[in-house]
Amino acid sequence: MNLTLRVWRQAGPSEPGRFETYEATDVSEDSSFLEMLDLVNDGLIRRGEEPIEFMHDCREGICGTCGMMIDGQAHGPQARTTTCQLHMRSFSDGDEIVIEPWRAAGFPVLKDLVVDRSAFDRIVESGGYISVETGSAQDANLTPIPKDDADRAMDAAACIGCGACVAACPNGAAQLFTSAKLAHLNLLPQGQPERSRRTLAMVGVMEETFGSCTNYGECEAACPKGISIDFIAMMNRDHRRALMTERRGA
Amino acid sequence: MTVLDARIPSGPIERKWSDHRFDMRLVSPANKRKFSIIVVGTGLGGASAAATLGELGYRVKAFTFHDSARRAHSIAAQGGINAAKNYHGDGDSVYRLFYDTVKGGDFRSREANVYRLAEVSNNIIDQCVAQGVPFAREYGGLLDNRSFGGAQVSRTFYAKGQTGQQLLLGAYQALSRQVKERTVELHTNMEMLDLVVVDGRAVGIVTRDLRTGEIASHAADAVVLATGGYSNAFYLSTNAMACNTSAIWRAHRRGAMFANPCYTQIHPTAIPASDEFQSKLTLMSESLRNDGRIWVPTDADEARSAADIPEDARDYFLERRYPAFGNLSPRDISSRAAKERVDAGFGVGPLKNGVYLDFSEAIGRLGRDAIAAKYGNLFDMYQRITGEDPYLAPMRIYPAPHYTMGGLWVDYELQTTIPGLFAIGEANFSDHGANRLGASALMQGLADGYFVLPATIGNYLAPMLGRPKVDTTASEFAQVEADVRARVDRFLGSRGTRSVDWFHRELGRIVWDHCGMSRTKEGLEKALSEIPALRAEFESDVRVPGSGDTINSSLEKAGRVEDFFELAELMCRDALVREESCGGHFREEHQTADGEALRDDVNFAHVTAWEWSGDSAAPVEHREQLEYENVEMATRSYK
Ligand SMILES: Cc1cc2nc3c(=O)[nH]c(=O)nc-3n(C[C@H](O)[C@H](O)[C@H](O)COP(=O)(O)OP(=O)(O)OC[C@H]3O[C@@H](n4cnc5c(N)ncnc54)[C@H](O)[C@@H]3O)c2cc1C
Ligand code: FES
Repeated sequence: MNLTLRVWRQAGPSEPGRFETYEATDVSEDSSFLEMLDLVNDGLIRRGEEPIEFMHDCREGICGTCGMMIDGQAHGPQARTTTCQLHMRSFSDGDEIVIEPWRAAGFPVLKDLVVDRSAFDRIVESGGYISVETGSAQDANLTPIPKDDADRAMDAAACIGCGACVAACPNGAAQLFTSAKLAHLNLLPQGQPERSRRTLAMVGVMEETFGSCTNYGECEAACPKGISIDFIAMMNRDHRRALMTERRGA
Repeated sequence: MTVLDARIPSGPIERKWSDHRFDMRLVSPANKRKFSIIVVGTGLGGASAAATLGELGYRVKAFTFHDSARRAHSIAAQGGINAAKNYHGDGDSVYRLFYDTVKGGDFRSREANVYRLAEVSNNIIDQCVAQGVPFAREYGGLLDNRSFGGAQVSRTFYAKGQTGQQLLLGAYQALSRQVKERTVELHTNMEMLDLVVVDGRAVGIVTRDLRTGEIASHAADAVVLATGGYSNAFYLSTNAMACNTSAIWRAHRRGAMFANPCYTQIHPTAIPASDEFQSKLTLMSESLRNDGRIWVPTDADEARSAADIPEDARDYFLERRYPAFGNLSPRDISSRAAKERVDAGFGVGPLKNGVYLDFSEAIGRLGRDAIAAKYGNLFDMYQRITGEDPYLAPMRIYPAPHYTMGGLWVDYELQTTIPGLFAIGEANFSDHGANRLGASALMQGLADGYFVLPATIGNYLAPMLGRPKVDTTASEFAQVEADVRARVDRFLGSRGTRSVDWFHRELGRIVWDHCGMSRTKEGLEKALSEIPALRAEFESDVRVPGSGDTINSSLEKAGRVEDFFELAELMCRDALVREESCGGHFREEHQTADGEALRDDVNFAHVTAWEWSGDSAAPVEHREQLEYENVEMATRSYK
């Protein structure tokens, strides 16, 4: 199939960006969206032009590296699918496709379709862990964990940190990401001792960088891993409780 | 040729590690702050090591070229992680895990290392659960296990189909905690481009910032490489796109010996390439072979769709050739049998590059729902990638490069042949011999990072206390930086007509054809003449557009592919001198009458470690003799 691409090109973080038009010709419908871009880039390189820079690595939907807005949708038209797992059979011959980087104040554009998502790491660094030194752990089966709790923690932990939730949110809020990380740890017995500290710290860093949540729910729809917004409600409850405990302690 | 000494502690195998831990010199808590350690890589090996070293009080600098420590290739591991917990009382033990691993490695691994691995496996599970890794559980709340190939017990712990992801997040969280505590300085988007050696010791690295292009030097008292495997020498593999050999290859060029480069693992069930521009191969779990039947048409010109081909026009070649094991024949046998059929022209699919994995009989027998319950997520993934519905038509599969057992040679303490340089995880060669068992790579990465290296590195550092430190003003740093700059400038000055990816793909084709699933003297020699020829074309005709002071993926790839060229030659050379078949290394000249691998324990029960001797000289071969004092060497038999 043949396609026309309108791609955001931006030379650097403080350079102005613009859309450029490229023709993608002879694209196999079996190829992935990123392989289609590889093909376009190969043509650009042969002509001595700079290829379109984009983020990717595993191309299996698990590392969370890839991500772009495709026709205004985070990760494109197929539900529960990362950009790297999107295949060209979702498009038709002659289509025009608009490709942009994640658009959010918390994710500055670095070049073309590459953005800086380090704010996610800062949220985790502020408290997204259980403090246990290597070698100090008790036997793994000493504390039984109800299967349903473990499974729910796993549902939250399935987040790949791609940032689609933030990109899809009209406010550029990071509630879904932060709440998934919190729920993963706060649902487990091991996570209880630091539950309040963790919640306050992570929500604090989140609010410094990202927009606020007004319950659009776009994040859940865009999430390639189907992370539920129920975790946001849980985070809000935990946060209120933690604030109260803190005030009482003070 | 010299004989390498792995410095294995004496004494009975069950006591070696505990005795050695006691014998090693210690660095006191207050003195640990005086030592700095560079850890390159933040996958399972690197993140666990950096976090633990930070907890111990060392000053750690960790580097990754990824934009976050959480994105390392380890994230993609699906199946699980082994440990000898014997939670299910089915007779598992440290000794059994040790035995299975030595046998699975086809008697080409080091007994003492494998025993230690089995010994610490249980601590790994304890540690991970304490960190909040949500392993699968039974209704009673205890941990669940599954079985994996090469074992007769249930010892594999898993978190859905995302075990690697959950283990890496655990290590990443531990690392994040140390970043907050400021014991670890984490550098993301930073690629190590070379190693710096002063007076024979590793003292630092030179990096390029992938966003700004800045080239910088970093000094430390020791350097740890945890940079993963090199399956992408084949171009198409199940590894992530950015996996590469450069860190260990550059260390090799600076004096670290490279062990067993020809030991590569080909996984039998991946989705075949759909066209020339395919960029990677996706793994389909081996468990599918429990219910799927593998076949190709008996007529090479068969034009009917699978469902219309009658039984008598189908060749169930595994069932035909290996009636006892059939579709569950071991990985290497199944892979080679599929290759034989495809090479003979019987392949299926538009490119005739696959074989059928057919569930119609199982669906008829057990019902669609039963099959969906077992394999639903895999069927969905297959459909997303190929656009075909495996409930209606058979899957098409083909073997794919997956894991590399070879890597930097390390001694018992995980130190390379350069003092002060350590290698852990898939980057070293140590524990899997000629073939790795499923669910053992995650175990090894975390054993190295959480438990082994943090103990052994003190033995190297302790005597250095009070000695003068080398810093980045040493002239060697300036020299290495100049080398790195010259190389970057050379790539940016290229004015050729073809992309780096084009060359990588062509290189991969040569390596796959001649140093892949089966190897011959003739083929390897052919590869050894084709690789330098292609390399010469690469040097004259590659095109790296753009500049060096910004994100430039072509530039990043150019250095990695150039290193793959050199490694590929060494892989072929190693495969050529190993005149036997063992594990993942199959030399057609060395097989039994019925096509089984024929090992030669008299002449080849050794590790081959290669020493770099310059751009224009052939590498020098060294050996480490392998002694089997606890497990009797036997022929692996599947009949
Ligand atoms: C699809 C798939 C499924 C698998 N499933 C299983 C399984 O079920 N069980 C199992 O046990 N094993 C499995 N494996 C194997 C296992 O995942 C790997 O062997 C293991 O994760 C490797 O970990 P590592 O820490 O050594 O390296 P990696 O995870 O590859 O990490 C390498 C790190 O080094 C960094 N790096 C590399 N070079 C440089 C450089 N020059 N400068 C700076 N940083 C650098 C990278 O950024 C990264 O952080 C699987 C492998 C694949 C491909
Ligand atoms: S590239 Fe890893 S999730 Fe898409």
